[in-house]
Amino acid sequence: MLMQPLAITAWTLTSALGAGRAATLASLQARRGGLRPCDLPHSPRDCWIGRVPGLETLGLPEAYAAFDCRNNRLAELTLSRDDFPAACARAAARYGAAAIGVFLGTSTSGIAQTERAYRERQTAASSLPPWYDYRHTHDLYSLTRYVRARLGLAGPALSVSTACSSSAKVFATAARHIEAGLCRAAVVGGVDSLCLMTLYGFRSLQLVSPKPCRPADPKRDGISLGEAGGFALLEPCGGNIGLALLGCGESSDAYHMSAPHPGGGGAARAMRQALLDAALAPGEIDWVHLHGTATPANDLAEDRALESVFGPGMAASSTKGWTGHTLGAAGIVSFAMAALALEEGFLPGTLNTRRPDPTFSSEILLENRPVVPRRVMLNALGFGGNNASLVLGHAGRID
Amino acid sequence: MDLAIGGIGCIAPGLVGWAEARPILGGDLSYASTPLPRLVPKDLAPNERRRLGQITRLALSAGQDALAQAVTDASSLATVFTSASGDGEIIHSVCRELARPTPALSPTKFHHSVHNAPAGYWAIARQDHAPSTSVSAHDASFAAGLLEATTQVKSGHAVLLVAYDRADPFPLSLACPIIGSFACALLLYHPATVTAAEAMITLAIGPAEPETRLDIPELEILRRNNPAARALPWLAALARGGKTRTVLPYLDDRTLIIQTRSG
Repeated sequence: MLMQPLAITAWTLTSALGAGRAATLASLQARRGGLRPCDLPHSPRDCWIGRVPGLETLGLPEAYAAFDCRNNRLAELTLSRDDFPAACARAAARYGAAAIGVFLGTSTSGIAQTERAYRERQTAASSLPPWYDYRHTHDLYSLTRYVRARLGLAGPALSVSTACSSSAKVFATAARHIEAGLCRAAVVGGVDSLCLMTLYGFRSLQLVSPKPCRPADPKRDGISLGEAGGFALLEPCGGNIGLALLGCGESSDAYHMSAPHPGGGGAARAMRQALLDAALAPGEIDWVHLHGTATPANDLAEDRALESVFGPGMAASSTKGWTGHTLGAAGIVSFAMAALALEEGFLPGTLNTRRPDPTFSSEILLENRPVVPRRVMLNALGFGGNNASLVLGHAGRID
Repeated sequence: MDLAIGGIGCIAPGLVGWAEARPILGGDLSYASTPLPRLVPKDLAPNERRRLGQITRLALSAGQDALAQAVTDASSLATVFTSASGDGEIIHSVCRELARPTPALSPTKFHHSVHNAPAGYWAIARQDHAPSTSVSAHDASFAAGLLEATTQVKSGHAVLLVAYDRADPFPLSLACPIIGSFACALLLYHPATVTAAEAMITLAIGPAEPETRLDIPELEILRRNNPAARALPWLAALARGGKTRTVLPYLDDRTLIIQTRSG
C-alpha cells in the first residue's frame, strides 16, 4: 500500500504553550513549558495541567451559541490563529466547499457540559437543567459539525474517537477519502479540553504524576493532562514542494484496554505500516516524535517498539512535558511539533526530564537540537490498544 | 464505489441474529417485538466478559453474527465501529459520580468510557492486530461509517463495519432522545477478490431525496429514532434479494445511495 503524498498547505495549533504557531514556537525556543498546578474548579489539586488560558471568557459567534462549551470554545480560539479559515476559503474556491472533507478527532468532546448539568441536579429523580444541550456540546460529532459550519465546508465529515490516537488517525481517514474520490481536500485535526472525567479517571488508574510529567526519565511517575486544538489542511501535492504527509500506519494491540503491550508490538506494527505506506526505509527517518506520556509502562513499551523498528540509537523526543497529554488532541499536537521541526529546522527536546532512562535504546533528546530533519515520524497510542503513526516530510524532495 | 457483502449481522428486539431477521425484513414472516435476551459475546475471558456494558455486548454480538454468516475468509479484519450515542450508561454513571463532593471513579468504568471500547474488546476477543477506527456523525453515523469502511476495502483486505446505538438512561435520555437497541454488522470485500458473496453493492453520495422507509411500523419508529437503525431499509433490501436502490440519510440534506444486487 503506497499512499500519494498530500500537501499540508496550512496548519495551526493552540495549547498551553500558546495560541497559534508563533506563540508555540516562541515557547519552545525559550524552553518555557505550559504546565501549572491544577487550578480547574472541582478538580483534584495534586497534579499539574496544561491549561489554555482565556477559555472561560471566550464567546462563540451568536449564531453558534447552542454549541457553547469548553471544547468548542477551544476550537474557536484555535481557528482564530494563522489565517486558517482564509486558507480553507481559498481551498473551497478552488475545489468547491462540497469537495472538502472535515475529519476531526476528540476523546471527550464537550462532556464538561454534562458534568456541570449533573452537578446542578437536585436529586437523582431530577432532569438535567434546561440550558443543557447534549447534541450541540457533548455529542462526539459536535466538534466536527461546529468546525465544518464555521469554515463553510460541506464535504464528507465524521468525528474519530479512538482515545489518544484520534487526531492522528484522522490523517489516515482523510487520505483514504481523498484516494477514494469522496473529496479532493480535507481539514483534519482535533480538539480535546480538560474535564473532570479524565482528571479523576486517570487518577483512578494511578497514572497521574503529582509533578510536571517527565517523559522517558528513569523516575517518571505518570502523566500531566492538558488541552489543545489543532487543524491542518490536506490537498493533492500537484507541484507543491512544501510540508507533506507521506504515510500513515495503524494497528491494534489486541492486548488490554488501558495498558500497552509490554513489548510495544502494536506500536511497532503501526510504525512499520507507516514506513511501508510512505515507501521509506527505517534509516530514512531522522527523528521520532514519541507518544511519550511519561507513565513507566507506556514509555518503556514505546522504546521497545522503536528499537524493533529502527534499531538502537534512534533520535526521539516527547513533548508531553511542554503541553501535557492532550488525549484526543495528542495526535495533532505531535503533528504540529513535527511540522515545526521540518519547517523551522530544530528538534524540540523533552522538557522536565533530567536524564534519559538508561535502559532505553533510543537517543532521547533533552535539549532542543538545531537540525533540519528530512523526514520525521510521530506516534499516537491510545486506550483500547489503538495505535497510529504518521510520516511527514517535504513533497517532491530528492536526497 | 463497488463492494461485495460477505456477511451480515443484526441484533435488535425481535431480530436477534441475521438468521431470524432475514425472513422478517424480507417480508416472509411477521415481526414481533420481544425484549432482547442477555447478549453474551464469545471469545473473551470471563473477567473481561463480566465487565462489558450492554452497548458493548450489543456491538460485539452483531459483529460476531456477521462473522458466523461469513461466506468468505475473515481471518484478519480491519474494523470500523460507528455509533452516535456511544455508551450512555457509562456517561451517566461517571457524571453522577463526578457530581459528588469527592468523586471516586471506578478505573474500569473510566477505561470503558472511551468510544473505542467495543473495538478494543473486539480486537482482544479475536486476537486481531488489524487497524480499527471508531467514528460518530450524529444521525448520519451509519452512512459515514459505511463510507469510512468502504475507503478501507482494498484488494485482499476485508473490513468489518459495526453500527450500534442504544437508548441512554434517565436523565440523559431526555437530552439525547435515542430509543431502543439496534446493532448491525457488514463484512465488506473488494469485488475482485471474492468468489462467493451475499450481494454486490455500488455506493454514491447523492443530493436530497426522500429516504427509503420500512413498511413494518414498529421498526420504522426504531429507524427514525435510533441512528444505527437508519441501516434497516438497506438490510431489508439485502433480505429481499434482487436488484434494489436504497436511499439512506447522510449529512445536511444529502443522501447515501446504495444499489444492491443479490442472489
